[in-house]
Amino acid sequence: MTVLHAPAAPGPIRRLWDEADTVQRAALLIGLALLVLAVLAPWLAPFDPDRQSLIARFRPPLGFAGARPGHWLGTDELGRDILSRGLYGLRLTLMLAALGATLGLMIGGTLGLLAGVVGGRTEALIMGAVDTQIAVPFTLIALFVLTVFGSTLTVLVLVLGLYGWEQYARIVRAEAARLMTLPFIEAARCAGASPVRIALSHVLPNLVSPLVVQFTLSLSNIILLESTLSFLGLGVQPPTATLGAMVGVGRDFMPTAPWIVLVPAALILAVTFSIQILGDWLRDRADVRLRRR
Amino acid sequence: MLSLALRTLLRMALTFFVIVTLVFLVTRLTGSPVDFVLGEGLTAEDRQILIRYYALDRPLWDQYLAFLRGFTDGEFGLSFIERRPVAQIVAERIWPSLQLLIAAVSVTLAVAIPLGIVAAVWRDRWFGSAVMALAFLGYAIPDFILAVFLVLTFSYWLNWLPVMGNATALHFLMPTAVLSAALIAALMRFTRNAMLDVLGQDYMRTALAKGLPERRVILRHGLGNAWITILSVVGLKLAGLAASGSVVVETVFSWPGIGELLVRSAIQRDYPVLQFGVVAVALAVIVINMLTDLAYGLADPRMRQGGAR
Repeated sequence: MTVLHAPAAPGPIRRLWDEADTVQRAALLIGLALLVLAVLAPWLAPFDPDRQSLIARFRPPLGFAGARPGHWLGTDELGRDILSRGLYGLRLTLMLAALGATLGLMIGGTLGLLAGVVGGRTEALIMGAVDTQIAVPFTLIALFVLTVFGSTLTVLVLVLGLYGWEQYARIVRAEAARLMTLPFIEAARCAGASPVRIALSHVLPNLVSPLVVQFTLSLSNIILLESTLSFLGLGVQPPTATLGAMVGVGRDFMPTAPWIVLVPAALILAVTFSIQILGDWLRDRADVRLRRR
Repeated sequence: MLSLALRTLLRMALTFFVIVTLVFLVTRLTGSPVDFVLGEGLTAEDRQILIRYYALDRPLWDQYLAFLRGFTDGEFGLSFIERRPVAQIVAERIWPSLQLLIAAVSVTLAVAIPLGIVAAVWRDRWFGSAVMALAFLGYAIPDFILAVFLVLTFSYWLNWLPVMGNATALHFLMPTAVLSAALIAALMRFTRNAMLDVLGQDYMRTALAKGLPERRVILRHGLGNAWITILSVVGLKLAGLAASGSVVVETVFSWPGIGELLVRSAIQRDYPVLQFGVVAVALAVIVINMLTDLAYGLADPRMRQGGAR
């Protein structure tokens, strides 16, 4: 008698990988590689990112005339190693983005859940705040708040955390309000569950998928905002390396030492491209209507 | 229609009021509002006069009323750096910003809408995918990086275009290109989606079935219905994008507009200029949003009834 083995059901990660097209797979791999580089930056970086050296200023990357051994991607106007600064900059940029997106998720998610579950005047108030936020360009708010309170890392994280809270709130409220009309919530309420319990253990678990999508998209928006602010000189302050600030400062030396700008710019592009592609992909997957189209 | 206009106006006033209040609160949270409003380098006598005017020696509530009075009096304080009225400094910057904005929006409309339609109609051909890939690039490349690449290529390597200022028509090319890139990407995606929705409607099939030429059906029946949805994004999304885009673009190209002024006053900590500039730009964005809402109401009879959103 032959025993028939059912093929093992592929895990969720395996399924995702099989579904992805080449571009999405590349984005996933590049994103993971960047993440590993950022996490391991202190061990990978050949130099202290802030160490200056007057004799090693403006050295081009290896392979060009005048390159200095050891400085693979060259040095900047103060003789600092660009590879090391790039790795540390990447690390800080990703850390700020992760903190900011988490903060936004918590603020916006809580308010959206409150609006969707409680309804009534609370909902009107919160959604009014959302409409106001949408009407005002966030760059202006960030500019103003950072100038008034100073560009410390704490203020920056708070500002980045506020960025996009209204997106979370909108998504969570809409989905929560829809769920609230479904029979299983009605059943929970009849069984005597408190509004808090309904919100946390019946509504929230159903919001995971849209929140993951929004988190990814928000990550890339926050990276854009942070690097733009740092580029303008209003974000992370020197000498701390972030990618945006490296482009901002290097801009002054573009005609003679373009590598100072090109390396951090390439890193920013790699990060935003891979995250944006992953975000779009997750969104399309979550949107069942779109998948069928 | 009148009730729609009234409601829109009311919402706009409310939004503006909230922003002004928040700006006030943020400035008073710093601990030393006197330094914040007055700055340094004033005579003791002038200081006293201004402290009395802004009620800085009074409780917070009185300060708030004095702050609001500034808006009705047209008295917004003096620049710390230039010691000139803030309103005057901002007013000088409006026209250059507006010129750049008009150029960018014209390019955006001329490029994004045709490409969006093409991407929808030819969605299964390579051209449609190419257009969408372009939209993705415009969306994912930060505008400051695009600006830096353009300067590197066209100013330093090829030596074709000037980098700074707004003296000649040539000066417009790069700033307009950078500012419109993100706008084009957003509007193109939106036009495509609006067209896709319309293309699936029954009346499109009917129009084709009765023998009308395809081009006419797409432009008259398709675009005729899609442009209402397109319009709603032009104001809401593009105004915000253009405001933050101008900040970057004007700074990179030393364009003498409001965006450059905002960044400059932020770096120099010229609080009165920054404060008024932020409020002024926010007001402009809100007004554009309101006008879009009204135009949307005029264009779509269903919206005139109100309530249906």
